[in-house]
Amino acid sequence: MTENTPPINGDIHRDIRHDSAHKHVAGSADYIDDIPEKRDLLHVCLGQSSRAHARMKSLDLDDVRAAPGVVMVLTADDIPGRNDVSPFAGDDPLFAKDIVQFHGQSIFAVAAISRDQARRAAKLAKIDYEDYPAILTIDDAMAAKSYIEAPQCVKQGDSVAALKKAPIRRRGCFRVGGQDHFYLEGQIAMAEPKEDGDVHVWSSTQNPTEVQHLVAKVLNIPDNGVTVEVRRMGGGFGGKETHPSLFAAAAALVARKTGRTAKCRVDRDDDMIMTGKRHDFRIDYDVGFDSEGRILGLDLKLASRCGYSVDLSPAINDRAMFHSDNCYFLEHVTINSYRCRTNTVSNTAFRGFGGPQGMIAIERIMDVIAHGLSKDPLDVRMINLYGKTDRNITPYGMRIEDNIAPELIAELAETADYKNRRKEITAFNQANKYLTKALSLTPVKFGISFTALHLNQAGALIHIYSDGSVHLNHGGTEMGQGLFIKVAQVVANELQIDIDRIKISATTTDKVPNSSPTAASSGSDLNGMAALAAARTLKDRLTAFAENHYDCPSDQIIFRNNHIYLGDQKISFNQLVHQAYLGRISLSSTGFYKTPKIHYDRKTHKGRPFFYFSYGAAIAEVIIDLLTGENKILRVDILHDVGKSLNPAIDRGQIEGGFIQGAGWLTTEELVFDDKGVLRSHAPSTYKIPTSADRPAQMTINLWNGVNKEDTIHKSKAVGEPPLMLAIAVHSALTLAVANANSNKAEELSALNAPATAEEILSKLI
Amino acid sequence: MAQKNITLLLGGQPHEVINFDPTRTLLDYLRYDSARTGTKEGCGEGDCGACTVVIGTLKDGKLRFEAVNSCIIFLPTLDGKLLLTVEDLVHPDGSLHVIQRVIADLQGSQCGFCTPGFVMAIFAHIRSGGGAGLASINDALVGNLCRCTGYGPIIEAVRRAISEQVDDHLTALEETWIKQLAAMSSPDTLSLSWICPDTGKERHYSAPKTTAALTALYAAYPEATLLAGGTDVGLWVTKQLQSLNRLIYLGHITELSQITQSKTHIEIGAGVTFADAQPILSAHFPDLGEVIRRLGSSQIRNRATIGGNIANGSPIGDSMPVLIALNTELALQSVKGLRRIPLEDYFISYGRQDRIAGEFVAAIRIPLPKPDQYFRAYKISKRFDQDISAVCGAISVTLDDGLISSARVAYGGVAATPIRALNTENTLIGAKWNERTIQSAMSALKNDLSPISDMRASADYRLKVARNILFKAYIEYDTPLSQTRLIGDGAAE
Repeated sequence: MTENTPPINGDIHRDIRHDSAHKHVAGSADYIDDIPEKRDLLHVCLGQSSRAHARMKSLDLDDVRAAPGVVMVLTADDIPGRNDVSPFAGDDPLFAKDIVQFHGQSIFAVAAISRDQARRAAKLAKIDYEDYPAILTIDDAMAAKSYIEAPQCVKQGDSVAALKKAPIRRRGCFRVGGQDHFYLEGQIAMAEPKEDGDVHVWSSTQNPTEVQHLVAKVLNIPDNGVTVEVRRMGGGFGGKETHPSLFAAAAALVARKTGRTAKCRVDRDDDMIMTGKRHDFRIDYDVGFDSEGRILGLDLKLASRCGYSVDLSPAINDRAMFHSDNCYFLEHVTINSYRCRTNTVSNTAFRGFGGPQGMIAIERIMDVIAHGLSKDPLDVRMINLYGKTDRNITPYGMRIEDNIAPELIAELAETADYKNRRKEITAFNQANKYLTKALSLTPVKFGISFTALHLNQAGALIHIYSDGSVHLNHGGTEMGQGLFIKVAQVVANELQIDIDRIKISATTTDKVPNSSPTAASSGSDLNGMAALAAARTLKDRLTAFAENHYDCPSDQIIFRNNHIYLGDQKISFNQLVHQAYLGRISLSSTGFYKTPKIHYDRKTHKGRPFFYFSYGAAIAEVIIDLLTGENKILRVDILHDVGKSLNPAIDRGQIEGGFIQGAGWLTTEELVFDDKGVLRSHAPSTYKIPTSADRPAQMTINLWNGVNKEDTIHKSKAVGEPPLMLAIAVHSALTLAVANANSNKAEELSALNAPATAEEILSKLI
Repeated sequence: MAQKNITLLLGGQPHEVINFDPTRTLLDYLRYDSARTGTKEGCGEGDCGACTVVIGTLKDGKLRFEAVNSCIIFLPTLDGKLLLTVEDLVHPDGSLHVIQRVIADLQGSQCGFCTPGFVMAIFAHIRSGGGAGLASINDALVGNLCRCTGYGPIIEAVRRAISEQVDDHLTALEETWIKQLAAMSSPDTLSLSWICPDTGKERHYSAPKTTAALTALYAAYPEATLLAGGTDVGLWVTKQLQSLNRLIYLGHITELSQITQSKTHIEIGAGVTFADAQPILSAHFPDLGEVIRRLGSSQIRNRATIGGNIANGSPIGDSMPVLIALNTELALQSVKGLRRIPLEDYFISYGRQDRIAGEFVAAIRIPLPKPDQYFRAYKISKRFDQDISAVCGAISVTLDDGLISSARVAYGGVAATPIRALNTENTLIGAKWNERTIQSAMSALKNDLSPISDMRASADYRLKVARNILFKAYIEYDTPLSQTRLIGDGAAE
């Protein structure tokens, strides 16, 4: 009798639009700056260092204090607790004291009646500096052995011996630039003082718990005195994982000291100067291979610019090491990773978290090998793929049990007509003197789980009110990725009620405590499972109640489409809930989840850091202008694995958005620091993310038809980060286009750096 | 007598704003004084489009809708205008406008922060008769950055909104708006003053309606800041935190916004926006049209004026090298009268122009193309759209039986001012139009240019690409653009 029941609205595995879409388009979705300002609200602006590395001989803030509208000025001496806003290392001061370590570092906060007054006042500080030598680049840091931690190494087999024996060997070096997150909503926090010295903070953060804990430490109060709330962010991409604490702590400190609500809304330029970015890398390789292109030995050196402090750089660089294999078996490999400490802003999480930089290294190597052997790079990629039952151990000792790369790549190459188009491109290139095309297919295998074991946990809280409406809360945050709708679908499916009966609510540390950051693509895996556990508890309670109340065996009680079927009877969900309430059943429950199977020893860099892998592949066709170096992506075909998707529409959005963001990283987005360590591209006028016209005119995205082998939330897979790395196909194609243009003139593949700006491409043309 | 107030149509009603800072941005006014928080700030410099609103202007009895960046628009320039924000598109019964609905349905929003700006840019595109072709849609959207979606669903939403052709509730209101706006118009100079409480200083804003009034006013206050589109002046306030205490707004002077064509030339008033100048310039000089297409975004082109681009004196303004190559003449006006100079002579050195106190850029005059004239222009930037040039170069030659009888070559981004490449021109003049000549011209170029390295490009690249675009101009003489160009009409696919 339940088989013919139509499904609920908002069920899992369906295209359901973003829960806030109707509010986004109407301008009625509230971001923090849209919350009506409290009476007497103060605006906070941070005063910045104008030197990359110096001692402050004097800090004269008299003019700042005397400026119109200024109510308070705070420095390191005014902090009641710990002067630190770092995620764990204790090395990110809220306000620099004595020594400044990068240009743009926060030194003081000024609170004024208006934001304009605060910004103007902040410029009036008189600081006398004694400059210290500044280490600005990876090369400077490598020469000085300036690291944020000891170099790390992942090893498998004996690369030294393998390289010696290899019939063909290539060495090379190239550089990959960093990337600004450019979330459209800049960093912002607002803090409201509460009784007992408590504070309520609205923070645009992916990590409310960390903001809570750091604000508490700065204020020298227990964690329970701080509540952090975020309904939504206007984009995060990793840039709101650790850096929001700086602005939240400044606002909270002003709120505590003045007893007034304080808001710190950061100007775009200041945001770009003061907050960390994707790490730029220098990649050195020494690869040995046979005449088929099979890699026999590889020695890889990854050096990254971490900036002045530790932030999340250890884990980011670990992930770079763990993705330098991508889909390829490396029997004899040594990966040395150098985490450079420089006098620049501390680099941080960014979609992919080091993975993209590791992955682009091995994809370059594939192209180098193919070029050396005059082979189709796809053939070289195929013979190096991990095996299914052998050749399936990663350099960090994990056995790959879910390898679908060979079939996925083959299907994409077939449906996108890879072989024929390669021929057409050769013909085009022969007929054209001034423009050159190329095509490349690159795959993605991305490990899912936080490498820090303890972060792989999540909590949820569900209330069912006596009218049958549901309130859903969990520790994950919404930054646009569609986490909230996916988790709501999970709950709707479990309780078998329409999704509009479920109120999605702001992430708040006083509802679900000790949450992990919404990061590592883990949002729906972790929070979906936690919410499922909470919903299941409630369903079990309702079932037990119904069994008793209706005298119906539990195996005959079925929840289906807003009703409960009890043998021959049928009552509405709302009715049952109301009866359960009268029957004094608890209608509120928490849920908890921790990822199984994973373990990892950071000392040896061996273990199973990932629960499973997400796969994908992309083909990019590009064209370059040989006179100017200008370039354009003409066509992109993507086949991506999201397991059994919770919401295919949302997942497609992640895939396309991730790809375009990755393409921007590798083409037009250039972070330019001058020789004083000053970031010169610190606004959209000088830092160029893709526009709609940069999207390839032809773009096809298909989802791989498969399910997750592991027991994840309804067999789906994580989707946040992996698609960004599909864009490596663009950089690879540009590299091949340069090679096509240089054919017969260059033996080695040109070491095209990223971003492949017009200037970079022209510089590699012979 | 200075007034304290302006009137605009907001929410369909005449709305008075009283006693305010004339450099208050429209965005701040909407968000913090009017509880219209749907419009967002993403960058505060007119480069991301999150703050896009639509301004309606009464022109020849009709309403004209334009998307603009509210973050760099000073509030008093809205006097006598209709203003539409994302809130206005929602039907009074709460239902979504067709544009809003299709964006939501097609997953065109993720984080949603850029979305209201897109909604308004699309509204302006459709209301001004914009097409459903990809190039046309992109031209309307490149001023709106989205970091989440990758744009595909938004582009699709534009197509869908155009195909649905649903009349919205706003169309019915247009008649009323036109009447209201007509009733609001006044022939007098709007003159505002406001005392800054922080400094005690008076801040003045005047918006004369005639050139005569402007000439007199500017003679009296030569230290005043002339404000046209404000796409640069706006940033002096939002980014440099300058206090502009005397502003003269040119946007209401009809005489400055005229375009006329004679038998020999096109004359364009200094107040003509790039959006308005584009059709006629494209028709005569397709490459100039293409440079304008890539200048800023539709939001910027709807405000930015040719006069402002010139008067500003920037070495990287896109239009100058192209106009110089086309032998453009500049008209400058003051109480002493009108004088005309070659455009290149206006630029004396970095930050210094040939403009006496109280003198303003009134118009430009571009000679019409001649049958034997060959003209090309190129803009090289990090990103194709809405970017500032690393190099912008243009060449115009007169070919007489295979001989170059005259040549004008000009560049931006390679010296302290926009420059004419005189050594290069001399190499070309009198020589045969062939590859050898072009190679000599390319070699001569280094004597004309003094590029620097900055965040946009290195000096080396600038020189190299400046040379190469000369070569490109040469080959494009008889090579189809499909074999030489990546973008624009006729480009490779």
